[in-house]
Amino acid sequence: MRMIALIIIVLSGGLLLYATQDFPQWADPASPASLHLSPHYIQKSMEETSVPNLVTAVLADYRGFDTMFETTVIFCAGVACFMLLRISRQTPEDRYYRHISTGVTIHIKDGGKIPDKSKEFERIDTMWTPFDLVIKTVCRFLIPFIQLFALYVIAHGHHSPGGGFQGGVILGASIILLAISHNLRTATKRMNEKLIGLLCVTGVFIYAGTGALCLLIGLNFLDYSALASVLFLDPVSARSFGILIVEIGVGIAVMATMIWIYNNVSSAGKYDEGL
Amino acid sequence: MSDLIPFIVAKYNYWIYITLMMIGLYAMIAKNNLVKKIVGMNIFQTAIILFYVSIGAKKGATIPIIEHAHGDAHGAVSHTIEIAHYINPLPHVLMLTAIVVSVATLGVALALAIKVYNRHKTLEEDEIIDQIKGI
Amino acid sequence: MSQHYPALLVIVPLLSAFLISAAGWLNKRLCFPIAVAALSVACFSSVLLLFQVLDEKVVLYKLGGWSPPWGIAYSVDYLNGLVLVVVSVVALLNLIATQRNVEQEFSEKIGAFYTLYILFVTGLLGIVVTGDAFNLYVLLEIASLTGYGLIAMGENRAPLATLNYLYMGTIGASFYLLGIGYLYIVTGSLNMADISAILPSLYHSKTVLAAFVICIVGVWLKMAFFPLHAWLPNAYTYAPSAVSSLIAPLMTKVIIYVMIRLMLTVFTPKYIFSTLNVSDSIVWIAVIAIVMGAILALGQRNLKKMLAYIIVAEVGYMVGGAWLGNRAGMTGAILHIANDALMTLCVFLVVGNIVYKVKGYAFEDLKGLFRKMPFTMGAFVVGAMSIIGVPPTCGFFSKWYLISGAIQAGHYGFMVALLFSSLVNVILFFRVIEISYYEPFENHHGQESHPGKIAEAPLTMLVPLLIVAAGLVVVGVYTGDIVNHIIEFAIPKGIV
Repeated sequence: MRMIALIIIVLSGGLLLYATQDFPQWADPASPASLHLSPHYIQKSMEETSVPNLVTAVLADYRGFDTMFETTVIFCAGVACFMLLRISRQTPEDRYYRHISTGVTIHIKDGGKIPDKSKEFERIDTMWTPFDLVIKTVCRFLIPFIQLFALYVIAHGHHSPGGGFQGGVILGASIILLAISHNLRTATKRMNEKLIGLLCVTGVFIYAGTGALCLLIGLNFLDYSALASVLFLDPVSARSFGILIVEIGVGIAVMATMIWIYNNVSSAGKYDEGL
Repeated sequence: MSDLIPFIVAKYNYWIYITLMMIGLYAMIAKNNLVKKIVGMNIFQTAIILFYVSIGAKKGATIPIIEHAHGDAHGAVSHTIEIAHYINPLPHVLMLTAIVVSVATLGVALALAIKVYNRHKTLEEDEIIDQIKGI
Repeated sequence: MSQHYPALLVIVPLLSAFLISAAGWLNKRLCFPIAVAALSVACFSSVLLLFQVLDEKVVLYKLGGWSPPWGIAYSVDYLNGLVLVVVSVVALLNLIATQRNVEQEFSEKIGAFYTLYILFVTGLLGIVVTGDAFNLYVLLEIASLTGYGLIAMGENRAPLATLNYLYMGTIGASFYLLGIGYLYIVTGSLNMADISAILPSLYHSKTVLAAFVICIVGVWLKMAFFPLHAWLPNAYTYAPSAVSSLIAPLMTKVIIYVMIRLMLTVFTPKYIFSTLNVSDSIVWIAVIAIVMGAILALGQRNLKKMLAYIIVAEVGYMVGGAWLGNRAGMTGAILHIANDALMTLCVFLVVGNIVYKVKGYAFEDLKGLFRKMPFTMGAFVVGAMSIIGVPPTCGFFSKWYLISGAIQAGHYGFMVALLFSSLVNVILFFRVIEISYYEPFENHHGQESHPGKIAEAPLTMLVPLLIVAAGLVVVGVYTGDIVNHIIEFAIPKGIV
């Protein structure tokens, strides 16, 4: 296998290196890639969409259709992970509990009675989980700020680097941080599986639904200027608002899917013990 | 030889991307462990992102966000926009998509690896093949 | 509304996939009806779109209202108009036919299953309808990711087979992406029509050559063209039956459409057949693919794997036909996309029915099935005749075009390979029919089903199957019309 791999990489690497000879100079302002499409984006997008961040303008408007499917790709991955891993029937397993006031760990073998509801015990994942007061407190303190920053990144995508994907990932990461610093059950108590599944759908549906609304109003799919009649704006500002709406949709979908994938993969579909 | 060095230096990031990509491809084909293959796959996809981002670069240009443009004054700034002043935004847009795709693929691949592990109790490919043949 | 058909075709299934996913959490019984409705709309608009193409030649749809090189545009011409109809019809028939299989195999995750099913079909429809090279990559990934999720739900070895498919598929799709990047760096464009307008001045560029090689190799990986086919047989064999009868007819054919689209629209026939001098060697690879596929199929002792190897051979037919470089060969390849999708659907639906009743698909499980399931096995005979290439069925006609293309190009190796594989197919299918007709019924799967219990599959499975089987004959009868009115115009004038 090693020999085959070596032969393949020498052949394909050789082909790729051979092709670089005809590449334009690196970072050349006169290369075809900089001259054919991008001048239009750079010069016109401000007057056509009124979004100063060109990446956002191209991402959510000129090539908004790609981005819709990009969000759908994430959604597909979430559904696929759920479908592959989720085990709904819970087989009894060994569980560990800690008596909070004394710190004694009890080990309950399969089928044993479980003090789930008791206030005196807390469930722990391994035989010995340290009292991680510092980690828990610091994370609890940080998570609201992380979420605030995420909202800023989503909302400010028009004017600075950012947007739905970046903000959505940060939002998702804040919940995943909760799951890592405490445990998976704490995180799923805050956001249960059904909520996450429905949020995923809502996010992508906001995007595709905005597009379909434009189609129903009478213009082409995803032509946000159609929203002008609904939002009482001029068509160019309507594009800018349309971009904001879909960015929010993307943010929700990406956040929920990241959490969904993390929950499924880290607990192998059992939603019981995380990492 | 004296020709080669300027040739490499002028396009060094393309050379780096090809090297990275071949490392990833080698891992995907030659490695025995299924998770190592997934890591190789990620290196492979990241190399392509490096390639695209290199296309977008432009000497003397800044990030593609129009300066001094406030949302309300659309149209007013258009006459001052210099093409040479901003880098090409399109490759960045394409790579946002590619990053998302590679994350999604990674998630599904890890889920599959967990499933394989649950079934065969190992992630070494040769051991799995031995198991299948033994049955 | 008529100008929106290209968008509706993709958007309606997409939106309904989200609805199905929500229904999966709220009310599971709604999933199947929404799926059927969505695919019916897709089917309906694809047929209307084809009629529109017959009138207007090219239907262009600007998504977001941006004109092509800057925005993304859908462009539908004769070639993808035909493929769209095939994809949506096959997906709809399979959806209805496999309802029982799905209930049997996925009782708990029915919402997730239908979500992935509809998204898979959306991905394929999007691949076919789009006129933008990068958009194609995104949709290719949607179709692949959903495909991985669906295939891996199968029996024992399915996860491992899917993981291998995922590695190969990712390499293939990434190669395609890289090839598009190489085209972008020299042309600065992502729109297919725009690229092909810029390319003529760059025919001798090394970058374009590399882009071509990478794209084609990537696409071959995805379609399981012979030396790169290793992932296909296991993935298709271990997939759940409702999934293999969806993915086996559609995935490889759509990717072959992508290859033909790259050849005809992006790189243009002039570059492919005149500037590059590779078509002869590629046809020889196709010859090896056909022969090896046939031989490997002979070695199999179970029906599904045998059919999977036949698909490997069929991929060889279409790639070879497309690369012959003449009109007859290309016609054969395009016609075979439609025909092969239908006949693969037919035989895989039969496998689905058998799995539903007998719970197995090894050759020993087939004994005596002709008595027990006469209609199912009758449809199997029609499908088999079509794959072999017996005259009234459609398989004969596409093979006829392929063979006459081979003779016209003077490529007798390809002709011999086609005849050889037809002969092998006769042996393969005769062996299956012999086992199921002459050997007495035996019950391997023991206690829960008594010998007398095995009967014909329920009507919801049978009716779509019989429609497909009848369709094989009907398409065969109307081949002349399809070729004269559609495929004739799908091939550029440059190819004689």
